[in-house]
Formats: sequence, C-alpha cells, structure tokens
Amino acid sequence: MRNSIVRSVVGVLVVLALAAVPAGAPIAQGKGTIKIATQSPLSGGQAALGEGIKLGAQLAVEKFKGPLEKMGYKVEFVPYDDQAKPDVGVSNSKNIIADKDILAVIGHLNSGVAIPSSEVYKEVSLAMISPANTNPTVTDRKYTNVNRVCGRDDVQGVVGSEFAKGLNAKTVYVIHDKTPYGQGVAEFFRDDAKKKGLNVLGFEGTEEKSNFDPIITPMKARNPDLIYFGGIYDQGAPFFKQAREKGVKSKFMGPDGMDSSDLVKIAGKNVVGMYYTSAAGPASVLPKAKQFVDDFKKKFGKNPEPYAAEAYDAATVALKAIEGAAKGGKAPSREDVSVAVRKVKLAGITGDIEFDAKGDRKKALYFVLQVDSDDPQKWGDNKIVKQLAIAPPSSSAKP
Amino acid sequence: MDGSLLLGILPQVLLDGLILGFMYALIALGYTMVYGVLEFINFAHSEIFIVGAFVGVEILLGLKSAGALDALPWPLLLLLVLLAGMAASGVLAVTVERIAYRPLRQAPRLIPLISAIGISFFLQDAIRLFESLWRNAFNLVYPTMDALNVRFELTSTIDVSVKSLVVIVAALAMLAVLHLLVNRTKVGAAIRAVAEDQAAASLMGINVNRIISLTFLIGGAMGGAAGVLFGVQYGLINPYTGFIPGLKAFTAAVLGGIGNIPGAMVGGLVLGLLEAFAASYLSLLTGGAFGAEYKDIFAFSVLIIILIFRPKGLLGEVVRGRA
Repeated sequence: MRNSIVRSVVGVLVVLALAAVPAGAPIAQGKGTIKIATQSPLSGGQAALGEGIKLGAQLAVEKFKGPLEKMGYKVEFVPYDDQAKPDVGVSNSKNIIADKDILAVIGHLNSGVAIPSSEVYKEVSLAMISPANTNPTVTDRKYTNVNRVCGRDDVQGVVGSEFAKGLNAKTVYVIHDKTPYGQGVAEFFRDDAKKKGLNVLGFEGTEEKSNFDPIITPMKARNPDLIYFGGIYDQGAPFFKQAREKGVKSKFMGPDGMDSSDLVKIAGKNVVGMYYTSAAGPASVLPKAKQFVDDFKKKFGKNPEPYAAEAYDAATVALKAIEGAAKGGKAPSREDVSVAVRKVKLAGITGDIEFDAKGDRKKALYFVLQVDSDDPQKWGDNKIVKQLAIAPPSSSAKP
Repeated sequence: MDGSLLLGILPQVLLDGLILGFMYALIALGYTMVYGVLEFINFAHSEIFIVGAFVGVEILLGLKSAGALDALPWPLLLLLVLLAGMAASGVLAVTVERIAYRPLRQAPRLIPLISAIGISFFLQDAIRLFESLWRNAFNLVYPTMDALNVRFELTSTIDVSVKSLVVIVAALAMLAVLHLLVNRTKVGAAIRAVAEDQAAASLMGINVNRIISLTFLIGGAMGGAAGVLFGVQYGLINPYTGFIPGLKAFTAAVLGGIGNIPGAMVGGLVLGLLEAFAASYLSLLTGGAFGAEYKDIFAFSVLIIILIFRPKGLLGEVVRGRA
C-alpha cells in the first residue's frame, strides 16, 4: 500500500500549504493576539460533523471574545482540517504548537485522531477541549491539558446494551470500523451485552466502505434480533442500507457516530426506526440551546449538526479560561490556560460544565434516540427514547 | 459452528463473489488491454472507472430532480446511464492517453508510469473539487430504483436481487462483445497487429496512434460501465472510492495473465470469489479468531501462492501475442 502513503504525504503537503497562506501578516495590536484553533475533518466523508464543530466554535468565539478584546487582545479563530486522519491531525498539531498565539484547541471529531494529536499538545501543555471524543483513553491518560465536554464510550456502550436488553433483544451481532472509537465502543457494547445475558452471535471489524455483501450474508443467516455498528455514519449508512435491501429484518443500533443527517441522506428509508446512543442530545431538548440554534441558522443558513453545540460550549470554556488566566494583566501562558480550564464552572447550553481531575465532565448526558424520518432536514426531530445523566466511572475500564 | 449454516449460505456467498468478480473483470479489462498493446500499466484507470460512476449518478440525480426518474422504464434508464458512463470514461481515457502518455511513449517505461500516478491524483481531486462546488457533497448516493431492488427469495438465506442479475448479464454481454470485436473484426485484427509489432503494423498501413487511442477508448468504456454498475450495486461513491477496486482489478489482471483478455475475466472472478469466501467464512471457520477484516490478507496470500507456481498468471501473460 505504498500508494496510500504517497497519497497521505501529498495530502499533508496540501494542508500545510493551505494552512500557511492565511498566516500571512499578523498585525500586532495592543497586547498581542490570542488564537483559538479547531481541528476537525472539513473535507472527506465526515465533513458534515467536522464542519459543525468548526462553525459551533466559531460562533462562540465571535460571541464571547469581547472581554478579551477589552483587555487589549486581538482574538482570532483558526480552523484546521484534520481530514479524520491521524497523520494529518498530528502534523496540524505540530503547526499549531509552533504558533505561540494559539492558546486552546477545540477538537477533534475522531478519537483515533485526538489521541495521537493530544500527545503533541501535551509537549507544550496546550489546552485541548474536545467536543466529541468519547473514547475512554482520551482522558484516562490523565493529561492535565486534555478535557472533553462530551461523554465516554464505556458509558455509551453500556447505555446501548442496556437499551437493547430493554427492547427484548436476545441475540445481537456487532460490527465495527476498526478505529479506536468504533472498535472501542463496540467492545464495551459487546462485553456488557454478554454480562447481561444477551447472546453475541458475531463480532466483526471491517474497513470496507462500499461492498458489505460478504459480511451481511452470514449475518442474515443467523438472524440476530439486533445489529450494532460501532463506527461512523459514512460507513454505517451504506452497511445498514445494504443489509435492509438484502432482507435483513433485525433492529439496527449504533453509537453517536451515527448521529448525523447524512445517515438518512445515504441510507434513506432503510434506517427509519434505527436506534442510536448519543452523548450529544439534539439541540431541541437542551433548553438553553434554542438561542444557539437560532443564531447558528441565522449566521450559517443551516441547522447545527450534532456536536456543534458541544463545540460551542468547548470554545466558551476556552475563552473563559483564557480570560481567567489573563486577569492579572500579564499575557497568559499555555500552562496557565490549561490550569484555568479545570477551574471553569460554566452553565453551558449542553448543561453545567465542570471538569474532574481527569478532564471528564463531572456529569455528562447520554441519550438513546430513534430515527424518525427519511428526510435529512428532519434529523433534529428524531425522538429521544431514553435520557440519562451519568458521572464518569471512577476506575477506568480497559480502553 | 454447525455445518448446515456453513453450507446454507454457500450459494449466496458464491453469488456475492460472482458479482464482485464480474465488477473486477470489467475494470481489469482496461488494465490488460492497455498492457497488451503498450506494455504499460495505466494506473489512472481506477479514476477513469469512478468517473463513469459519477457521470451515472449525476444523470440519475438530474433526472430525479426533474421528476423523470419514475416516468422512464428502468431498463431504458439503465441503458442510458450505462452508455453515458461508458462514453465519458472512454473519452476521458483517450484524452489522458493523448495528454499524459503519448508524449512519453519513447521514454523509459517508468516515466509514463509516474505520469499515470500523477493523473490518478489529479483526477481524484478534480472530482472532489467539482462535486464540492456543484453539490457541496463528498459522498454521492445513487437514487434507488425500486424495480432494481426487487428480490427473488429462493430460501430464507438466499436471494437474488434484480440489480445483481443486471450486473452479471451486463458484464457477460460486454465481455462477449469485446471478445468478438478483438477476434472477429478488422479493427480487432488491427489491435492485435499493433500489439504484435507497432513498426510492422504501421508499415502495413495501420494508423498506430488511432489504434492505441481506440484501445484506450474500449478499455475506458469498460471501466465506465463497471463504474455505473458499481454505483447501482453498492449505492455510495466518493472521489476516492475507485482506488481500492482499481488496485484489486489490477491484481486480477495480473492473476489472469496481464495482456490476456479472457485472463482478466478469469482473474477477476477468482479474486472476487476468494474475497467473498474469506469475508463470509473466516470468522465462522476460525470461531471468530480471524474476522472479515482478514479477507484481503487471505485473498492475496492465495494470489501469491498461485503466482509462485504460475508466474505468468492463470492463463499466461500475453505480451506479444493476442491483445
């Protein structure tokens, strides 16, 4: 697969070239510039969610940069495209830590990208606040600069299996995408399902994106009550579509990676009725999020995708922390900001945000939702069938 | 694992493998024909293949937004889309040859190879640019035609959908036409003559450049047809989708004996069946120790073994023989 390495290298070069352009001529003004960066996939199959993260954070920066500007700082927002690829994320991170003005990173979408990238941020104690990375490893490394406003897969997987049991499913079949995120959450689902006495008929990983026939054939023959796909919608949607079209009658379920209107755009009526767990509720159930949704629609002309609200809160936390660190009058350092993030208490639009010693939210929300319509515009109307607020597990399970 | 399950899904696995195999065979023709004539691997063929799929989806989406998708009978629609995909990919292949390969024809063999890899990158990102400007989308979904999704249920585990039959019938028809064209017509004789000896062929009054263009046109058109069938069968395409099937089809061409047209077909079918077998059975047979993700490792291990014993491929390499 040398060709794919060549492709990655070329991709990185292109990103570097693009990233270098806007950094043209910084104008010194007052006390200097403070930059907030985002990293999320802005191109490729997961761009819908990644774009939402960028825009959510951008909205927060524009809304809450006032106090810092009054102190004499120029506040800038710098989005990076990690393409949902670990190598691109890491090389972006190196550019980010080289830019001394960047004091916080909001990102990433994919745990598999966030974990290696955060190793780079850690070198300089640059605060990372993740809106979407649910893999336990993200915070279980106990880095002082890594935080997240979303929930964890070891809880999300269990929420899923508990719900599956509640649906009276006796047999389940588990597929995952072999990424730290997808495989991780699928393993938590499987292990807990077994514990609860469900019969796990199969557990398969696949990187396939188009032809799922050979996986569906043995699965269909065993006729499970429920099929769980640990992964992201760009792979899950064609899988579920082909399964239904091949006559699979099982119930479908997935983790928060399925939570995008693109799921129904791709799979259409085949996924109506499917369940998915989420650590990000639709903005409609978050009472304070209405203003956010209105602002978002007004500014960007579309509905916020899942995680846009989380990114908004993450960026708000970052700005509050920088403000706190800048209070003394001296320019805040990256260490100061990382320390300050852990002290922030914020009534965010996704609920009260306060981090524990690992960087997890003291209480995160988990939801089980059901796809309601095959119209992508109505994704936000998906019904919540279960809602829970759960604290992170005290002793961490295996990653 | 009980034996009844293993045997019960066997026909379905064979069918899955056949469909995949015919797809590989159609793409492999593009590699093998060009190699037969020029002894050169056209690595941009995977993108020429996916361009066919994109042209197909654009036409279907256009008809859908005009409301004509349900008005036209599906066989006519499918034929229209297939022809359009074939035309677009064929013309693209000829253009690529004219711009990127012909000026390098006298250069050492590795130079046009690098040019081909460059064209492959260029086409991927050109499609990506076009689709993001035109539809602001990365993944494109083939509109479903309900008639194509009708399934004939043979048993509770085995069924055949109309679109699978369409893939098989279309692939067989095209392979038959190609075979007749190369072996029974004057043009075919000219192609074979150019493959045999370009200098001698041109002395006999054959326009070598035109025949080479024709070879690219036919190979590209087969790739384009495969692209449309791929889209209809699997439903979702993006600008990078062509890469893996292209690589597999190239492998299939080598397996069958590169430069050999029936070889490309046999190679494609063998690879498709191996892959389907591995993906469906590995986890059942090993009790979950090796899952479907090992399908490529299994399939390619078998390929290596075959090529160790038959280094020229199953049907033999044809370098200076038939095209």
